Amino acid sequence: MTMEKHRPLLRTLAWVIPVAIALLAAPHVVGPFQTLTLLYGLVFGIAVLGFNLLLGYTGLLSFGHSAYFGAGAYTVAFMVKYFKVASMELFLAGSVLISVIISLLFGVVCVRYTRIFFGILTLALSQVLWSLAFKFFWVTGGTDGLRVPTPSLLGAAPLADKMEFLAFQYYYYVLAVFTVCVIVMWVIVHSPFGKALQAIRDNETRAEFIGIRIRRYRLIAFVVSGAFAGLAGALWAPLNGLATPDVLVWTFSGEIVFMAVLGGFNSFIGPIVGAVAFTYLKTYAVGFTVYWQLLLGTVLVVLVLALPKGIMGMVELLVAKVRRSR
Amino acid sequence: MSLLATQALAKAFGENRAVNSVDFTVKQGEVLALIGSNGAGKTTLVNLISGLYRPDSGSIVFEERDVTRQSSYGRIKAGIARSFQIVNLFDQLSCLDNVALSIFSREGKTLKLAALASRDRAVWDEAQGVLRQFGLDPKAAVPAGAISHGERKLLDVAVAYALRPKLLFLDEPTSGVSTREKAPIMDIVSAIVRSGGITVVIIEHDMDIVFRYSERIVVMHQGAILADGSPDEIRRNDEVTTTLIGTHVTGEPAFENGNHAGH
Repeated sequence: MTMEKHRPLLRTLAWVIPVAIALLAAPHVVGPFQTLTLLYGLVFGIAVLGFNLLLGYTGLLSFGHSAYFGAGAYTVAFMVKYFKVASMELFLAGSVLISVIISLLFGVVCVRYTRIFFGILTLALSQVLWSLAFKFFWVTGGTDGLRVPTPSLLGAAPLADKMEFLAFQYYYYVLAVFTVCVIVMWVIVHSPFGKALQAIRDNETRAEFIGIRIRRYRLIAFVVSGAFAGLAGALWAPLNGLATPDVLVWTFSGEIVFMAVLGGFNSFIGPIVGAVAFTYLKTYAVGFTVYWQLLLGTVLVVLVLALPKGIMGMVELLVAKVRRSR
Repeated sequence: MSLLATQALAKAFGENRAVNSVDFTVKQGEVLALIGSNGAGKTTLVNLISGLYRPDSGSIVFEERDVTRQSSYGRIKAGIARSFQIVNLFDQLSCLDNVALSIFSREGKTLKLAALASRDRAVWDEAQGVLRQFGLDPKAAVPAGAISHGERKLLDVAVAYALRPKLLFLDEPTSGVSTREKAPIMDIVSAIVRSGGITVVIIEHDMDIVFRYSERIVVMHQGAILADGSPDEIRRNDEVTTTLIGTHVTGEPAFENGNHAGH
């Protein structure tokens, strides 16, 4: 009886524990290059997790998430350049604050619309930020971007060797933030609010007629989503060492969409899996051929045609098959 | 005492006066049927009262408060709920979730981000109870998109009922359901609303259903009220029988709906 009752929990732990061990062991097992790739994957994972609160749970496809990610990254760069801040915790707090403000401003406009209109508006607004970063080069460094040095973590000065800092100290720091983000998002999507978002996704008219003020809920989801992207942007800045307009441009928003589709936006962990998989895919595709965009494009086409539910959809199918055959 | 009263309520779509100066009252505790041929203005009237449309003129008074300018949200909070002619459910969510959402919303809990929905035992117990009342408890875990049409019609009513409204509009609760299934659905629905003391307005085309389950009948024709009376009075009313001949043939609602969708 008790076994039966705890079955879902045991089943979850059966894969969470090995994954946690693998993530904790990674820097000691694989080389720094692999660790950094994984690190990028985790950082993007946080952004896509936020993005998917809109796509997977609220039914809104944003083509402008680069705006909030980029806002997070540039906030860090500005804090370094103009306020001489070096503390990662202050970077995170500042980035979340700024991305919340921007996503609130943009969100108020965007959530009045749905579907293609919503997508186009998010894209257009994100391009405004990009052009600001691009044109006001005396403030933003233009295409050269702004340098972001290694930050202090929890008040402790960073290791002198940058590679060692990133692959160990910073890796574990990001892993901790990542874990907190996953837990927070998991609670949000399983809260009454998360249920209400899914109701809006499935049928907005009915949602309205059970007393849910849909625009307000969409706006809150939009801001939470933007905050996650902003946080990811802040974590990305020291890793990349540079905040450039590349992370504000709409093609990066497209990559975020790609990651969610690749992992499977119908599942909670799909976006994370997609972010890590995409990072590896892109890293190897770029190393493998100069026509890497072509390779990624092919993957996307195959994905949409053959695996519309992404990697996690495929995993679920396989698990179901194995269970049936037993 | 009237629970709801509209005065000179009007709504036009272009040249089409869908609802033309209608005085419509609903008394506390009654089960009222709103009938009329396609395009008579029944659904438009309900859409005006529930707040989906804004009236061109006239007023709506609910519990002696003017709600004409109130948002649909405000009207739901005041106690007006409705089901839909074309089933409107949260298809990817389970039947239990569909009902639970109404309860979370009614209790003002849907803005909680930092609590797990599954921990709120009271809500789930109540939702389970509502499903049981509607005979849908075996389907609790099944997505609403995967149950039969008859069950979906019932669930649609259950979702509105779970809001514990004072006044419930049921827009064709048996449309698209086979004749054999209609009576069981109406038996369940009428038993529940009567035991809950809920005032109900049913829009229905099937005259057998109308005469069997309602206490008062309001007949609409071309945007206006043609007759209002007990089932016996309506049955004897020649004007009504002449106007409504042939309309209780089932499977029609496409026209009225299509008509509104364009506006």
